[in-house]
Parts: sequence; C-alpha cells; structure tokens
Amino acid sequence: MKANVIVFPGSNCDRDIKVALEKFQLKTKMIWHQDKEMPKSDLVVLPGGFSYGDYLRCGCMASKSNIMCEVIKHANKGGFIIGTCNGFQILTETGLLPGVLLRNKKLKFICKYVNLLVENNSTPFTSKYKKNQKIKIPIAHNEGNYFAGEKTLDELEQNDQIVLKYCDENSIVNNESNPNGSCLNIAGIVNKKKNIIGMMPHPERCVESILGGTDGSGIFQSLIN
Amino acid sequence: MKFEVFVTLKNGVLDPQGKAVENALGNIGLSSIKNVRQGKYFTIEVDEHNEEKAKTLVKSSCEKLLANETIENFKFNKIQ
Repeated sequence: MKANVIVFPGSNCDRDIKVALEKFQLKTKMIWHQDKEMPKSDLVVLPGGFSYGDYLRCGCMASKSNIMCEVIKHANKGGFIIGTCNGFQILTETGLLPGVLLRNKKLKFICKYVNLLVENNSTPFTSKYKKNQKIKIPIAHNEGNYFAGEKTLDELEQNDQIVLKYCDENSIVNNESNPNGSCLNIAGIVNKKKNIIGMMPHPERCVESILGGTDGSGIFQSLIN
Repeated sequence: MKFEVFVTLKNGVLDPQGKAVENALGNIGLSSIKNVRQGKYFTIEVDEHNEEKAKTLVKSSCEKLLANETIENFKFNKIQ
C-alpha cells in the first residue's frame, strides 16, 4: 500500500505520521503543497500542525494550495484520505467533510490523552476496533471545537458518519467528557462514501508503547487490512 | 475601487473570544456592556472601473475565501 503525506508550511506532524505509516509497511512519500502533480497512492494524509500559521481560519490557506486539486481528484476517485488535527481542519475548509472546527470553548490549547468511543467500526479506518470500544489517543489543539448546523448534525447521525466521540473512563459521553465544546462530543467523522476521515486526536502519536500507548495503531491496521 | 468587508459570526455560533472580551470590559468597570461578538474587517482594492463587476469580484472573494458560510456572514461597502 502506498501513501502520500502532504507537507504544508507549518505542518509539524508530517514526519511523525510518516514514521507511523512506515511501521505498518505503507510506502510513504512526502509531497510539497505547491506541487501540481501527485504520485499515485492508495492513501493521502493531511498531517497536523499549523499550516500557514493558522492565518484567516485554521486550514483555510492550505485548502486553497495547488496540491489540493490533486487531493480532491484522489477523493473523488474513492482514494483514502486521513486528516488529523490541522488535517481535519483543512478537510472541512476544502468541503470534503462537513462542518468547521472552532476555537476551544475554554480558549485553552489542550494537549493530553483523551478517552474516545468508537461509534462506528464499519469504516476502512476503524474496522480493527470493536464497536463502542473505548480507546485512548492524545489531542493537541486550540481549535478542535467541532461545529455544524442542526441539519448537518442530523445527517451525520443518520448516515453513521460520526466515528469517534469524546467520552470518560467509563465510556460515558457527556459534557464533562467533552474537552473542547464539540457538538455531540464529536472527535472524528467520515464522509458519506466513508473513504475520508477527519479526526482531532493524533493516532500517529500512540503507535509505540514507549511513547505512552498503542491505541492509535488500529487506524493504520484497519487501512492495511 | 476600494471596499470594506465585514465578516461576523452567525447568531447561535459560540464566540468564546467575544465572551472573554465582554468579561474584560466588565472587569474594567464598563459593566452595562453586553453581548460582545468578535469579527473580522478587511479592506480590498479592486483594479476594475465597472462597479457591478467589482462588487461581483468582492462577493466572490467573500464566498470563496474570506468567510466560511457554515459559521459566518459577510457584508461589504464601497468606500472609494
């Protein structure tokens, strides 16, 4: 399986995700955002970071860069895309995923492990997890407060597009277990065709026990399955 | 031709920065101030003599980049 990681000015998780992808035997190329062509791949990753210094709105500038035309073509052909953190913000700004990520409700940058409930394990990114399995993956963001209109939220629920929700130690999804104010405690969603996932948590940061956990591995194991 | 553009959050969209500014205004004694909402202000020059064409360009800039219509409204005025 082949993967392309798009590198924007300000990306800072691009090399981390390369290490994670290669651990799971994905042949990985780094692609510069100004490129107008992209080598063929099964997976495209939009990494975390602060592309373009978060100017205007997080992910907005990156969503208009040259390479995104190729990324959209890849998406339309049914190719897989993972956007983590800033990558999720870029996906919403591009319109490949609905909604938007707003400033955290309490205005603080949050960097910590959180509990997540796997709401949907019938996607190419989550099939290695059990439904309603509780996993622990770190978040590190200032704008992770997922927002969408009521109609969009209803559609996400009806189409089983909500993949990950913030929960507590006992798998309870409520206000107390919501770190950033996200609507419906949403931490990750897929598009209708289920070939694109956007998630605020960083699975690439927990694929080695020496780094504190391995729960992120399931995302990559599901893909190569 | 020069335009000013205002981008503001739609009603109902949480604005924690506006809220923090409102609290700070209260802290310095300006306590009757309420419902502060924070937005963005741009000035844009358009190299175009036809006003209608210029307005179309500015509207397009707002729709495609300056505002995210999931959460924001925009309005603009010609100022020069």
